[in-house]
Amino acid sequence: MRLHGKRPIIFSYCSDPSLLEGLKWLSCYLTTGKHMGFYVSFGTVLLLLAITAPAALAFGFGAAMLSRARLAPVSWIGKGYIAAVRGVPDIAFFLFFVIALDQGIEWLLHQARCPDWSDPIRQGNDFVVCDIAKMPLGTSPQWIHETYGFALAVLTFAIVFGAFAGNVLYGAMSSVPRAQIETAEAYGMTRRQAFWRILVPQMWVYALPGLSNLWMVLIKATPLLFLLGVEDIVYWARELGGSKMARFTDYPHGDWRMWYFLVLLVFYLAFTRVSEVVLARITLKLSHGQATVGGEAQRKAA
Amino acid sequence: MKSLILTTAALALTAGMGMADTVRLGTEGAYPPYNFLNDNGEVDGFERELGDELCKRAELTCEWVTNDWDSIIPNLTSGNYDAIIAGMSITAEREELVDFTQGYTQPSPSAYAGMSEGVDVKTAVVAAQASTIQSAHVASTGATLVEFATPDETVAAVQSGEVDAVLSDKDFLIPIVAETELMFLEEVRLGGGIGMAFRESDDELRGKFDAAIASMKEDGSLNDMLDKWEIEGKF
Repeated sequence: MRLHGKRPIIFSYCSDPSLLEGLKWLSCYLTTGKHMGFYVSFGTVLLLLAITAPAALAFGFGAAMLSRARLAPVSWIGKGYIAAVRGVPDIAFFLFFVIALDQGIEWLLHQARCPDWSDPIRQGNDFVVCDIAKMPLGTSPQWIHETYGFALAVLTFAIVFGAFAGNVLYGAMSSVPRAQIETAEAYGMTRRQAFWRILVPQMWVYALPGLSNLWMVLIKATPLLFLLGVEDIVYWARELGGSKMARFTDYPHGDWRMWYFLVLLVFYLAFTRVSEVVLARITLKLSHGQATVGGEAQRKAA
Repeated sequence: MKSLILTTAALALTAGMGMADTVRLGTEGAYPPYNFLNDNGEVDGFERELGDELCKRAELTCEWVTNDWDSIIPNLTSGNYDAIIAGMSITAEREELVDFTQGYTQPSPSAYAGMSEGVDVKTAVVAAQASTIQSAHVASTGATLVEFATPDETVAAVQSGEVDAVLSDKDFLIPIVAETELMFLEEVRLGGGIGMAFRESDDELRGKFDAAIASMKEDGSLNDMLDKWEIEGKF
């Protein structure tokens, strides 16, 4: 959902596009308010990735730590979270969870703010809470609605990808050679010290292949955003590429979806390439001084 | 501390006052001439103009939001916006989920369009937008139904030869037939006109819009608007 505000025309000669041709026409076409929405959505997607990736990592780290807990019920929580979320199809999770989360928040607010309310909250198909328990308030400006929707999207992505990351990190923590921990204990470190000073710094190199896979999947999962009401690049490519009739636009054209999706293809490929380069560098750095084949190779080369 | 309490009180007050007045109107933004996004990315079309006029008459502040057609009813019932004004025909099936105002268009003809004459729409492969009266109709004939998420994709499917014909509201197809190679094949009358949809628990708000529609029918301004956007049928 988006606010439909007026945007200025960028080039002065764009007032009557039907008289224009070639590059001039294209420059006007590509700077319409609608195209600005398209360009902004690239930022939305990048912002989502920038926030979601660390958040998912934090969820995953927490889940892995819980799973390793010595107290059985605590480890069940971690393992249960990882198993449950990994087992549910993404689309089902996105559709169900977001509506449930939104209604859960509103239900809690409703209990807190409107204790005197007597009508039932579930009325047939409707979910009705008092006005001041709405999230966001019905009177809030559109950007608050959008930010709220975006925050729900980030949280949902973080929970889903956090479960996968949790599994990867759990495996990585178990992969650190036992001898390393034993040595730490022999030096007199407590369990906690051995975990934070020996295990955690060493596990990343084992986690990285799995985490880099997750990152690649996350990059390409952003079209799920539209299910959550956030307009992403795929929505705009479809909307802008669809054929347009002269009656309803100054820039009529046929079915141009192929060209728009081609732009997306280039964007995703370029983004994937950049990610690969960065991840390769991180792997190199993390292997340094590690008791792994990669670390050993670096030591010999030096 | 004092100013904090004051601001909180002021906020609570303005929140309480503004509450009844802001109405969020949900639409699809992909169905000209009813609703579409213009070059500036704003909602435009017959329903944009109609909705703004209705809000003025009902003395409400309205805000437009767009939503995917498939989830347009669930998002209404869960409270993301307060009304649907999206070229939605009044049908018994939808009446079970939401409540409609009186129709603001006459039951308008739907039409089949294809690339060549002589397509038998009773046996052909026909495209229609998912969860519409048209897709329900195609399914009830002997034709093979292919559903698409947006109206635009149904037309693209005919043009690419993926299907033989498209069934859609005639008003939607008229400008397309005028500007492309598509031609009309046949007409059918479906549905009970287009109305605004509200939550079943929201009778008060529905009443306000219903009264505003009635007043626009009375003074003829609705007919002028239908004329302007070349939509068939008058009141």
